[in-house]
Order: sequence, then structure tokens, then C-alpha cells
Amino acid sequence: MKINSKYVQGMAALALLTSMNACKPKDAGSVVSGDAAAKVYVAPGKYDEYYNFVSGGFSGQLSVYGLPSGRLLRVIPVFSVDPEKGWGYSEETKPMLNTSHGNVPWDDLHHVSMSQTNGEIDGRWVFANGNNTPRVARIDLKTFRTAEILELPNSGGNHSSPFITENSEYIVAGTRFSIPPDDKNGDVPINTYKENFKGTISFISVDKTSGNMDVAFQLQGPGVNFDLSHAGKGKSNGWFFFSTYNTEQANTLLEVNASKRDKDFIMAVNWKMAEKLIKEGKGRKQAVKYASNRFDESTHTATSTIKNQVTVLDIRDFPGLVYMIPCPKSPHGCDVDPTGEYIVGSGKLAALIPVFSFDKIQKAIADKAFDGEYDGIPVIKYEAALYGEVKKPGLGPLHTEFDDKGNAYTSMFVSSEVVKWNVKDLKVLDRVPTYYSVGHLMIPGGDSKKPTGKYLVAYNKITKDRYLPTGPELSQSAQLYDISGDKMQLLLDFPTIGEPHYAQGVAADVIKNNSTKFFKIEENKHPYVAKGEKEAKVWREGNKVHINMTLMRSHLTPDNIEGVRVGDEVYFHTTNLEQDWDVPHGFAVKGALNAELLVMPGETTTLKWIPLKAGMYPMYCTDFCSALHQEMSGYVRVSPAGSNVPISFSTGTNIAEKDKAVANSAAAKK
Amino acid sequence: MKKLLSLSIITLIIIAAASCGGSSDSEKTTEATTESTASTDSDDGNPSYDPHRGEGKFTSVDISPTLDAAKAELGNQVSQVKCSSCHKLTDEKLVGPGWAGVTTRRKPEWIMNFITNTDVMINKDPEVQAQLELCLVRMPNQNLSDEDARNLLEFMRQNDGVK
Repeated sequence: MKINSKYVQGMAALALLTSMNACKPKDAGSVVSGDAAAKVYVAPGKYDEYYNFVSGGFSGQLSVYGLPSGRLLRVIPVFSVDPEKGWGYSEETKPMLNTSHGNVPWDDLHHVSMSQTNGEIDGRWVFANGNNTPRVARIDLKTFRTAEILELPNSGGNHSSPFITENSEYIVAGTRFSIPPDDKNGDVPINTYKENFKGTISFISVDKTSGNMDVAFQLQGPGVNFDLSHAGKGKSNGWFFFSTYNTEQANTLLEVNASKRDKDFIMAVNWKMAEKLIKEGKGRKQAVKYASNRFDESTHTATSTIKNQVTVLDIRDFPGLVYMIPCPKSPHGCDVDPTGEYIVGSGKLAALIPVFSFDKIQKAIADKAFDGEYDGIPVIKYEAALYGEVKKPGLGPLHTEFDDKGNAYTSMFVSSEVVKWNVKDLKVLDRVPTYYSVGHLMIPGGDSKKPTGKYLVAYNKITKDRYLPTGPELSQSAQLYDISGDKMQLLLDFPTIGEPHYAQGVAADVIKNNSTKFFKIEENKHPYVAKGEKEAKVWREGNKVHINMTLMRSHLTPDNIEGVRVGDEVYFHTTNLEQDWDVPHGFAVKGALNAELLVMPGETTTLKWIPLKAGMYPMYCTDFCSALHQEMSGYVRVSPAGSNVPISFSTGTNIAEKDKAVANSAAAKK
Repeated sequence: MKKLLSLSIITLIIIAAASCGGSSDSEKTTEATTESTASTDSDDGNPSYDPHRGEGKFTSVDISPTLDAAKAELGNQVSQVKCSSCHKLTDEKLVGPGWAGVTTRRKPEWIMNFITNTDVMINKDPEVQAQLELCLVRMPNQNLSDEDARNLLEFMRQNDGVK
């Protein structure tokens, strides 16, 4: 066959033209284009633009990533013990994991909210929920450590949490599983759900200065499942919106029995009114038991306090406090746009996204445009509250974030995509695939009054073939998109810890200059601190042996300890004397049924050890600290129970007589 | 033949796409490299370093021929917490060199600059660098206040026999 050469040249030229265009992708299907690498490249020694705080899901921890690089900067232990950092193993941190059930060393951390001032992220604290044994934690962004954990009474699973008001007045915590209230007998047949089970929402106050949390009051309502929430903002500040499911009140096979109704509800709560009712003394005092755990930075020690009472408002007793808005098909995400006017409900089994109008809701309440009641709560007519519906967005809408240009981005779990739509005209503008089964989304500031418009991260539930196989379990994946143009562009995949749920992001400048570099040794008020080697000592109190030890490059003081007996409770109170950034020392002792300590400069931390066998026990610094790190070690001699070896301790002087003579003559020569 | 044609078109597209991505990548890399080289240069050059004064906020320190005993005592207290785990008061080396004679070997400004601007001086001062080769442990910045530094100097003077 003879080829028409002109034809071939023409085709080639056309191909070139087409491929030039491919550099700036126009179609939503393009996966990764040529400039993606440059957009996520952060040169060695340079900083990322954003901090990204990502829930660690069933790891119970909070991870910190840099964006756009996707580099993991830190894993902050929150609800789960972390032997690497001694979290939950040191005497000082054990009280942080105390609950009314005792020490609970794990939880399921789903959602994160950063503190806000005037509706903008202020970079002071991150709050996180414990889903299993209901708790809320506060992480201090000066130290990147968990500063407080508060347990929640009358709660069966803290899922609808920790959503925050625009001036951080309250964090809410709605129970996912309704249960009989804590002061009632819970020993009832499970199928008495409808009569005995209640759904509770806790309002947690946040002290403006210290950040300390308390259960300010609780709302008690019908037994349903509270799923997610968001506070109103701007014009709707003063209201809270909660998605609910299982309004069928099923107690078994929820997959079928809680999916029967065409619509569940978004519950609108007038929290300013609730606050007023509480001030007027309208609340009912209820006997409960819950733990409030706080870490004191001056003593470097946590204290757990059990509290015994909460104030409860029964929703049905206060008309005007709560309204129900019908929302199709088991709504999940409940997201409020930056203006506070639009409330987006995402029915996870629906094929449309309803958008409600705050103004219309207010008008419907004034006009009493109700469609009956649910458990004594007025139900607003769907059409009376509805602004409009996003038609055919995709399958399985879950969560919506907002940008700075009036657009919304909704994750579609079933169809594995992110869909961008305009909040005003509800038209779909763009869609990109995710790999795979996207859950949450995050735009820095994307649920605040001041969203950004540069990046979006999708947190996917399933990874499959995205990374090298690592056996049956694969790390979940996050995907970074550039959203600065009309079309979204996939830039990067990066693995996450646990299963990521909600995340938050903020410009690095809001946080980075406030970071604590070390703790001032002068301000250390730990009862067993040794401020200098002169204060290092070992002493016995009955079967307890206390060791006030100092850590300094590159020795432990004391590093020779004798007189410990089998069965003694030995407490190593280690003080790091360094006063410089990034010089922690570690501490470990052989055979301890415990973990290591990681002691920050200026901090005192305690390891408890009960030796079970006589013998010689080395101890050493675990965190490479200097060229002589391998020398930073010592011995503890353990004698049998009842032995009369006296307590003795030293550094540098415990030398055999015959070696002393040699040492002295060497010194004399010098 | 049709097959061959479409094959060559695909090849062309691939080449074009690859070159597009590649060029913008390498551009960025070069930029970053140049930047970091520039900053290294300015660190190394350092013609203005004064080995007698060191580098830091102290240009001249007023000292009296007699000892301020109150200051020296405060300096002693700071030393217990922040210094004595590495420095003896004799001429014997522990982690770092012993303190005996230091106030006769070094100017007061040098001492106060070194104990407050430690990292910079370790990187620049020839004598500190020689010392580092012996001790092998970089002296940490112990975050002393100006007052702490002055009191420590007085304590070192006392240790060297000033009355």
C-alpha cells in the first residue's frame, strides 16, 4: 500500500498540536498532567505552605502533613497509647486516658475542628473526637501535644463531633448511638429502644484563655443516630445543624431497617436560646460520671478528675429550641457555606444534593409552615426550607467543602469522584475521579467564613492498586487537587495513618511562629525535677525507690545505682537539662514492662519499673543526641528482696580501688 | 498501514507530553539550587568575623577589677542548672573543657557572645572549631538571658581568683 506522504505529515502536525494542548488539560478526565510535580515540589530545606491536620481514624491519633508536598510532619498521640513518645506509659500521661470505665488506651478519632475567631481559623487549638468511648480532645498548637481529654456522659458513641462555633464558644458532641440515659437503668430489653433510648447532644464550653473544656449543658431528644453537624456562621451564627439517620428508631439490622424512610432530618438547634435557658436555671441536674483530664504544662503532669453532674434540657419542654428539616435518604454531611445562608445536606443514599436556605428556614418558622411533628418537635415543610437541589451530581454524596469563589465541592463515595458546583445556581461545573471511594474532603478554611481556593484534598477509603502492594492491608490514600482554575487537577497521592476522616488545614504562618522550642527549666514545677546534677538523687520510701535523674549530652546522672531490690516500685524521674530546640533525650531500662520515655528539653517525665529478677540492668538514652550518644548509659544493680545492699548512686566516681590508683597516677603526670 | 500511522501519532503525543512536563520540572530545580548555593556562600565568606569579640549582641562589657560577689553567686546558681553537667571548675575536661583560666584566655565579650550565640560561634570561630574536634559534642545553646550571661561571667571570674 502506498502512503500519501502529505497526509501523514498533516496527521503528525495535528498530533503535535493536540499534544501541546494536552499540557494544559481541558478535559476533566485527564489524570495527571506535566506540571503536577512542579506544583507539589517543596525544595529541600523549604517549608510547606499549609499545615494539614488529618484524623488518624482507628489509630486514635492525629497526623500532621505539609501541603502541597504531602510530607508527614508528625503523628500526635491523642486517644491511643504511643510507646514511641511514652504517651500513656509515663506516669505523667497515664491520667490523660482515664475514663469513668477506667483507663481506655485506644479510641477511634474521626473528626477534627480547629479553633476559630470571627469565623476564621486562629491556629490555637485542634479539637478531635473519640468515637468509641465518647470523648473530645484538645491539642495545643504551641506544643503539638494533647492538652486535654473530656469524657461525655449520656453518650453512646461520639460521632457528631467536634464541630465548633465561629468564636469557639462551644464544641458540640452528638451521640451516634442513642442509649438509655446514664442515670436510668440501662439493663432493659434492647427492643425497648423507642421507649427507653435517648439521643443526647453535648455543648462543650471552651475557655477563651486556657482553652479548658467543660460540659456546659446537654440537649436530650429522641432516640435517633446523630451523624454529623456544623455551626451556623455569619447570619446563622447562634444555630447549629445536625444530620440524623435511623429516625425509624431501629435497634437491629440498621442497614435495612434504618433505610426505610424516604427522608430523615437535619435538626436545627437554636443554641443561643439554649444558652439563655441554662442561664435562667431551666436545666435539670442529672447525676452522671465522667472524666475531665488536663495536662499542666508547668508540672508536665496530667490530672484526671471525675465529675458527677450535668445540666440537661429536654428538647420537648422548650418550644422554639429545635426544629426538624426533612432531608432525603439518611443524610451524612451537614455543611454550611461561608456566608451562613446555605446548609447542604448530603443524603448518602440519594442521587441529588438538597441545599437549604437559612432565611427560608426562619420564614418557615415564623409562618409555622410545618408538616406535623417528630417526637414532639415541629417538622418544617421540605419545600419551605429548601433553596434548591443539585440535580444528578453523582452517586453517594457525603461531604461538602467550599472555596473562596462561591463554589462547593462534594465527595461522591459510590461514584468515586469530587463534584464542583456553584452554590448560587446549583449547576455542576466540573468533576474529577478519586482513587477510590472518597470520604472526606478538605480545603484549608473550607468550612470557615474565609475559605482558600488553591488546594483540595480528598481522603479515600480504598486504595487498591495505587501503591506497591503491602499484603492484605494497604494504607489509605489522600489525593491533592489544584482547584485554582476552572477545572480541578490531580497533583499528588500520599498515604495516611489509620483511616482519615475529617481534616483541617491552615496557612503555615498562622501557626509556625508560635511553636514552642523547649520548656524553660526555670519554670519546671514538677515535684521530682532535678534542676542541675547537684539535685540528682536516689532515695527509698518503703518499697518505692525514687530516682531524680538528669539527662544531658551525653550522660545520665546518676548512672550507677545500687540498692534496688526485686519487687521495688522504681520511679525514674528524668529531667532533660538541655535548653535548645530539637534535643530530646530518650530513656529506657532493660526488662521494663512499659515503654521508653522521650523527654523534651526542660521537661521532667517518669518511668515506673518493677524489677522481677535480681541482676544487672542497663539503661540508656534512646534518642541519638550527640557524637557520644552511645556512651549515654548506665547500670542499675538489682538485689534480691530483703537484701541489705544500701542505696547508692553516682556519676563518674564509682571506680574500683585498684583502678583509682591508676587514675590518680595518670592525673598526677598531667 | 493505518495501524502504523496511529502508532506514530501516539508516539508523538507521548514525546510532546513528556518534554512539556520535563522542562518545567528542571526549571524549578535549577532555581532552587541557585538559591541555596547563594545562601551558603554568604555564610562561608565571613571577612568581618572578629576572633577577639566573637559574634553576638555584646560589643563591650564593663568589668570592674574587683568581684561583684552577688552577681557571681547568681552565676553559680545558673551554672548548677545549665552548665555544670558538662563543665568542671578545674582545668579538667568533662564533656566540654574545664573553666579554670577561661577569663584570662578570652575577652569578656567573647565569653558572653559564645554562651548566648552558641551555634553561630561554633560555625565561625576557629578556636571553637578546634575545641569541637577534641570534645566532639557541640555545646548546646542553653538559652541564657543577658543577665544570666553576665552573672555567669562574674562566676567564671570568681573561679579564676578575682576578689
